Amino acid sequence: MIKAILVFNNHGKPRLSKFYQYFDESLQQQIIKETFQLVSKRDDNVCNFLEGGSLIGGSDYKLIYRHYATLYFVFCVDSSESELGILDLIQVFVETLDKCFENVCELDLIFHADAVHHILSELVMGGMVLQTNMNDIMARIEEQNKIVKQEAGISAAPARAVSAVKSMNIPQQIKDIKLPDLPQAIKDFKF
Amino acid sequence: MALKKVKGNFFERMFDKNLTDLVRGIRNNKDNEAKYISTCIEEIKQELRQDNISVKCNAVAKLTYIQMLGYDISWAGFNIIEVMSSSRFTCKRIGYLAASQCFHPDSELLMLTTNMIRKDLNSQNQYDAGVALSGLSCFISPDLSRDLANDIMTLMSSTKPYLRMKAVLMMYKVFLRYPEALRPAFPKLKEKLEDPDPGVQSAAVNVICELARKNPKNYLPLAPIFFKLMTTSTNNWMLIKIIKLFGALTPLEPRLGKKLIEPLTNLIHSTSAMSLLYECINTVIAVLISISSGMPNHSASIQLCVQKLRILIEDSDQNLKYLGLLAMSKILKTHPKSVQAHKDLILACLDDKDESIRLRALDLLYGMVSKKNLMEIVKRLLGHMERAEGSAYRDELLYKVIEICGQSSYLYVTNFEWYLTVLVELIQLEAGSRHGRLIAEQLLDVAIRVPVVRQFAVNEMTNLLDTFTVSAQSNSMYEVLYAAAWIVGEFAGELEDAEKTLNILLRPRQLPGHIQGVYVQNVIKLFARLATTCLELQDLPGLVRLCDHVLDKLQHFNGSSDIEVQERANSACMLIEMLRNQLSTTNDAIALDTTTEGGIPPLAIEIVQEMTLLFAGELIPVAPKAQRKVPLPDGLDLDEWINAPPPEDAASSSSSEHDKDELFVSASQGGTGVEGSGGSGGKRRQSLELTPEQLERQRMARLMEQSNNPHYLKSTPAASGASANADQYDNIDDIPITELPLDMEGVAALRVGITKRSDKYLQEQQAAAQGGKDGKKKHKKGKKSKKAKNKVAYNSSSESEGEPKPLHIVNTTLDMPEGVSMSDSEDKDGKYDPNDPHRALDIELDITEFEAPAVRSSSKKSAAGKENLKVPAESAGSSSNSKKDRKKDKDKDRKGKREHHREGKRERKDAAAQPVIDLIDADTPTPSPSHTSAPSNSNENNNTSNVLPDAAKHHKKKKNKEKSREAATEASATAIGSSIVDVVEEDEQVASKAHKKKHKKEKSHRKEKKASESASASVSATVSASDYEQPLGISTPSKEIF
Repeated sequence: MIKAILVFNNHGKPRLSKFYQYFDESLQQQIIKETFQLVSKRDDNVCNFLEGGSLIGGSDYKLIYRHYATLYFVFCVDSSESELGILDLIQVFVETLDKCFENVCELDLIFHADAVHHILSELVMGGMVLQTNMNDIMARIEEQNKIVKQEAGISAAPARAVSAVKSMNIPQQIKDIKLPDLPQAIKDFKF
Repeated sequence: MALKKVKGNFFERMFDKNLTDLVRGIRNNKDNEAKYISTCIEEIKQELRQDNISVKCNAVAKLTYIQMLGYDISWAGFNIIEVMSSSRFTCKRIGYLAASQCFHPDSELLMLTTNMIRKDLNSQNQYDAGVALSGLSCFISPDLSRDLANDIMTLMSSTKPYLRMKAVLMMYKVFLRYPEALRPAFPKLKEKLEDPDPGVQSAAVNVICELARKNPKNYLPLAPIFFKLMTTSTNNWMLIKIIKLFGALTPLEPRLGKKLIEPLTNLIHSTSAMSLLYECINTVIAVLISISSGMPNHSASIQLCVQKLRILIEDSDQNLKYLGLLAMSKILKTHPKSVQAHKDLILACLDDKDESIRLRALDLLYGMVSKKNLMEIVKRLLGHMERAEGSAYRDELLYKVIEICGQSSYLYVTNFEWYLTVLVELIQLEAGSRHGRLIAEQLLDVAIRVPVVRQFAVNEMTNLLDTFTVSAQSNSMYEVLYAAAWIVGEFAGELEDAEKTLNILLRPRQLPGHIQGVYVQNVIKLFARLATTCLELQDLPGLVRLCDHVLDKLQHFNGSSDIEVQERANSACMLIEMLRNQLSTTNDAIALDTTTEGGIPPLAIEIVQEMTLLFAGELIPVAPKAQRKVPLPDGLDLDEWINAPPPEDAASSSSSEHDKDELFVSASQGGTGVEGSGGSGGKRRQSLELTPEQLERQRMARLMEQSNNPHYLKSTPAASGASANADQYDNIDDIPITELPLDMEGVAALRVGITKRSDKYLQEQQAAAQGGKDGKKKHKKGKKSKKAKNKVAYNSSSESEGEPKPLHIVNTTLDMPEGVSMSDSEDKDGKYDPNDPHRALDIELDITEFEAPAVRSSSKKSAAGKENLKVPAESAGSSSNSKKDRKKDKDKDRKGKREHHREGKRERKDAAAQPVIDLIDADTPTPSPSHTSAPSNSNENNNTSNVLPDAAKHHKKKKNKEKSREAATEASATAIGSSIVDVVEEDEQVASKAHKKKHKKEKSHRKEKKASESASASVSATVSASDYEQPLGISTPSKEIF
């Protein structure tokens, strides 16, 4: 069983956290912090397995991680998982992300955390490995994206227009200017 | 109306933040993130109040992000459910994601979701159901499990593989929360093991593996199905799971293990995936542990495992190295000799830069030491200890040093002066350790068991007592003072300057009570010793001075707040004052009449002699169970009340009282043969009516009582563990010992400055070895006359040439009752986690009902006939299949092989004759790329090479050459050229080289990538702004599994 999947950057900022066992938010943050401290002090050329991590399970649990550029991908698993298998799974996960985002980088994970979750849910379900074949995973994801696009259809046109406006290269200050709320009268105005 | 909606939408959406805006905003407000987020949460609350589902959806998406940053969003639970219930897939997905991130299984909100989830599960759109299953798997509650179990079970037979797969996995979660579902669902789950879709198959394997891991015995009957899957599947992920499952099953059924060996070895030979290889090795090890005897040729399998592990350890990939060492330690427990052959490799890992790997190598170390290399290894460990930064690692090192030195009653320690010096050095390490007590025990043990080293020990301990400073309270190193004080007191006769030691002990110091108590006790011992010398010298003034001095100093202890110290000090004072009084009377007399000879009054002499007698007598080591040797004295009835039992005061307690009475009766009947006490005679009638449950309950109660009773002797687990080791090393002389290729002279010369005291012994040993090599002149250094004296004692017959001779003899005789072995430990109960949901899943499954033959084949072997032969025969089929391709002229060989088949696997004896032929035609397994081509030769080698007579080996070699030509021509050529006698070995080498090659390729590939990665990393260091845009560079390592 996989108990948790964490992705955080070189400074310990969480980019994705998925716990397959309930922990409350503060404990989750503590676990992320502790895991980061354990993982970040290791060189890149040492092995990718770590025992311990007192918060998340006992001696049966291992942290298996990979470090890609600015991101750590950490899986916390028990002894029923194969260590090398999980390493490969992480690789599949990252390669899938790479395909979905086209040259994935940390920014993609920051701005599309929900999409990353949806991708992950095609690999792992409830702590068990669901699918490891990347082509199958991609097919599932694409089919779901298609549904989302269909649903968006016309009704999403204004939203898309808005987001297009928003993503225009306007200096940040202008974008962050909070316009005063429209007077209620205008909102209630009937045609 | 519609227009209004669109317009409303437009206005709202225009100024709402979407997720991207939120993230951007958070990034722009790094300094006051908390404040920014709280305003965002306010906005989200506003949005959630609106009717528009898209707005809510957007808000929930933002909440999910905020949750990741550690904010509680459970207050939005109801809104999340609203979003989940939307008919649009987009919203549903966001809703379920949020739910899976923040819902607690105990939440009452979940009650609201049951029908909605049921609707989604039965949705026409498979992705609606899929999303629901994914979300549900994270927050399913016992109630939901109960209510939805049937719907999920229906999905298990859906027409869509995607849903079947998810439903199968989901069932595991249902079982955990609602164990009653397991029995009805199991037949279906088992069906899924043979689902046409490999994904579903894999999911079913996954679930059953998880179930079986905790309660393996219930799933043993499924072994034949898994066996079939293992021999036919090519899905490495599933194979790994199955093989891991077998690892858990074999301890329960050794016969399964025997059947597994062959296919597993085939896989080991054939697979190119390291992960699969590693799991195969692991399971083979588990099999070999479970069938430690009764396998004719399991040494070959062990050899194979060890060879493969060596390849892993030698690999430059730290992960493989780590796993290799991990698996080695499992082999070491049962087959130490096989591992010892790779001593060089393991010792090399001690210096690895990776701490995890060093720790794993340390685990293996106790099997690696010999008399020859012990000093060298310990020296290295001490060196590591000085450099170690983490205290945990340092403690581990310390523990290992003591473990390897102390194992098998100091079998490998040749020079105990060296060992004591090492211990003292460990004590003096600045950082301290929590193993103070352990070191103390070692000091005591060595001093007691090795008489000749006592003189050295007392002097060392005196120094230690003198110089040791109790520094930080956090470490327990001060415990050694306990041992040191005891040693100098007990062996006071060995002291050169007992008075000095006495003064050191009497020095007022801040120490814990139990140590001060020992100080006082040993002050008396030393005092008695010194007083005796005074008697011998007829030195009355000296004796008086001594008494006064000690009395004076003991005052300090008298005032101690520790009651033990106080009491001991007071008793000591009284004792010495008694003597002093006798002396003072005579002293006055002497003062009056100085001319008389300075005689000591006879009463004083008597007192001193009595005191000496108190501490006379040698202490010998006592086995933990020695108490049994003490016979029960006549007339002692252990079951009799010492005091009358308290009167029964409450009706409720009467039943337990009853139990007690019965217990005593039954004990006196069955046990010691001692007469039951008269009073219980009347109750004997009741004891005859005890049911087994009652007996069991009584036994448990008794055990509880014993374990809580301090007067019962309990065997210490540590002692029994040590003795288990002792059994292992019975014939230590057979272990091949390889010399460490270390240029010690050179190294030592370079490090003169930092040589430690203990290094002296190492150098001496090396010098002696050198001298012995040169001309076999046994020069004894003048200074070492003490050691030379001891040489008489050593027993040369057991030493091999070049082994350092032990300088000291360990007293290994333990006081033990007859018929008691050290290793029969009593307590072996594993601890249970009361919260483990798997306990409820320990359900006897009626697998028999639907798979009668399967049960028979694994439990009863012969009766069933053809059906039960199916599985083993198939494996035989695949191997014989490959045989078929071979040239006819090897017929003779083949017969030999079959003969061997029959011999080796007695279980299949009756099967071997017909099915082999039968199955060649009937069962032609589809040749899977990873299985057939390669194993065909490895397979055959494995079967045959062990039994082939020498003459046939030549034959084989040639064949081998042909076989492996396409795989690794030069490799095999060199292998053959280098006159390797063992065919198995040769073949392995070929295989291993091929592996290595492949791996190297991957390696170099990886290296390139790494280089580019690090290059980009350095760039990003300078341009921190573009940090996040950096590509992850993920096309690196091999995906060998999938």
